[in-house]
Amino acid sequence: MYNEENCRFLKTHEWACKEGENAVVGISNHAQEEISDIVFVDLPKVGRVVKAGENCCVVESVKSASEIYAPVSGEIVAVNDALNGDPALVNREPHGNGWLFKIKMTNPAEYDTLLDLAAYKATIQK
Amino acid sequence: MTETCTLKTTALCEACKQAGGKMVDFHGWLLPVQYDGILAEHKAVRESAGMFDVSHMGQIFVEGPKAWEFLQYIACNNIKNGPAEGTYFHILTDEGTIIDDAIAFCLSQEQFLVVVNAACVETDFNWLKKHAENFGVTVRNESDNWSMLAIQGPKAVEVVDQILPGVKDLPRFHISPLTMFGTDGYVTRTGYTGEDGVEIMLPNAQITELWDVLKQLGVKPCGLGARDVLRLEAGYLLNGEDANPTKTPYEANCGWVVKLTKENFIGKDALVAKKAAGFKSRLIGFVLKTAGVPRSGCKVFYEGKEVGYLTSGTFSPLYKGIAVGYLASEIPAGADTEIEIHNRRVPAQVVKPPFYKNRV
Repeated sequence: MYNEENCRFLKTHEWACKEGENAVVGISNHAQEEISDIVFVDLPKVGRVVKAGENCCVVESVKSASEIYAPVSGEIVAVNDALNGDPALVNREPHGNGWLFKIKMTNPAEYDTLLDLAAYKATIQK
Repeated sequence: MTETCTLKTTALCEACKQAGGKMVDFHGWLLPVQYDGILAEHKAVRESAGMFDVSHMGQIFVEGPKAWEFLQYIACNNIKNGPAEGTYFHILTDEGTIIDDAIAFCLSQEQFLVVVNAACVETDFNWLKKHAENFGVTVRNESDNWSMLAIQGPKAVEVVDQILPGVKDLPRFHISPLTMFGTDGYVTRTGYTGEDGVEIMLPNAQITELWDVLKQLGVKPCGLGARDVLRLEAGYLLNGEDANPTKTPYEANCGWVVKLTKENFIGKDALVAKKAAGFKSRLIGFVLKTAGVPRSGCKVFYEGKEVGYLTSGTFSPLYKGIAVGYLASEIPAGADTEIEIHNRRVPAQVVKPPFYKNRV
């Protein structure tokens, strides 16, 4: 759905995928493998305004909590309610039905500054 | 990797890695936090059988005609001295606070084996040695020579019985000497998961053979992550987190471990005085009423006021968010509190541990 090739990334393992004026946000396959067994996602409230780099969501595994940063600035316009019943969707389909939230971008130029897939992969191979 | 150079490794380290163990630093030891997943490993132990490398734990032998009298002086609990009997106890400071929790097994009237927590081996050993002279007993720290494998779950004993016939007749909290792979060791009917099971101690050189045999018999390798969920569900203390040298056993929900009827033991006078004065807080359990994962360090609120903090918390596949922590004494079990998780207050009910009661 939000194939890796069509996404941009943060070094902190979030991905963003442009969908009209929105950016859909999730975590990378590498991140879900590292976190493993996701048991709860503390989603942001719809309507919240976030800045690029702001901590706005928490992904919890049995063992640890991982903070999720907004890749771009804007307003949260949708969250993935399916995760409330089935948080492990993030493990199974990190680039599909396991998306986290959507941001209506206030500064779309920020999106173009994010890492592309090759650049992101280079950061995790270090 | 530099970390592997500075961390201590167990004799099973390579076997754990080969089984897919994700290795982490645990109190200076390189140990597997998980293999294919904490939830799958938890399920194996609750429904079938799993095994944990617990070779980092310590083995201290206490020997001499007055070995039992010595342990009675060290321990706040009554140490059983019947053949093969084991006793859970706390080692206390002179102030009656917790240095460590341990199990003493009676090998003979003149020899006991004390199994202690990894992080406390040196402290415990030095503490025992310091007091040993008055009793004329010898205290030997054999931790570096012994490896230990915990096999836990409803099918654990049945599986081990195939390679160690008779183990199913070993009573709970008892020890038996064993011979396996041409060497001598011990098996105890104990564990830290709330399930039936055994723990087998063998010299380092033979432990991998045992691991391999059990793996072939279908016992699932399990890591520290699953172990922590299992022990918290079962209401067992994690020393260093839920208990430490600022807390007495009474505060740590372990009053049953203290036997004030004993003539004398280290910390007794202090405990008598502290018990009479009462305690401001005590360790108790919490179950979240809505989704979330409570963690160590989270603050607890009651009627808007901060009244405590968590020392352990996790997602339990059986009960969702569970935790233990120190709560002001006046707040009763059953009370509705709130736990602050990531700046959000989540409703939680105060409950008496254990969360999970089963076969043992």
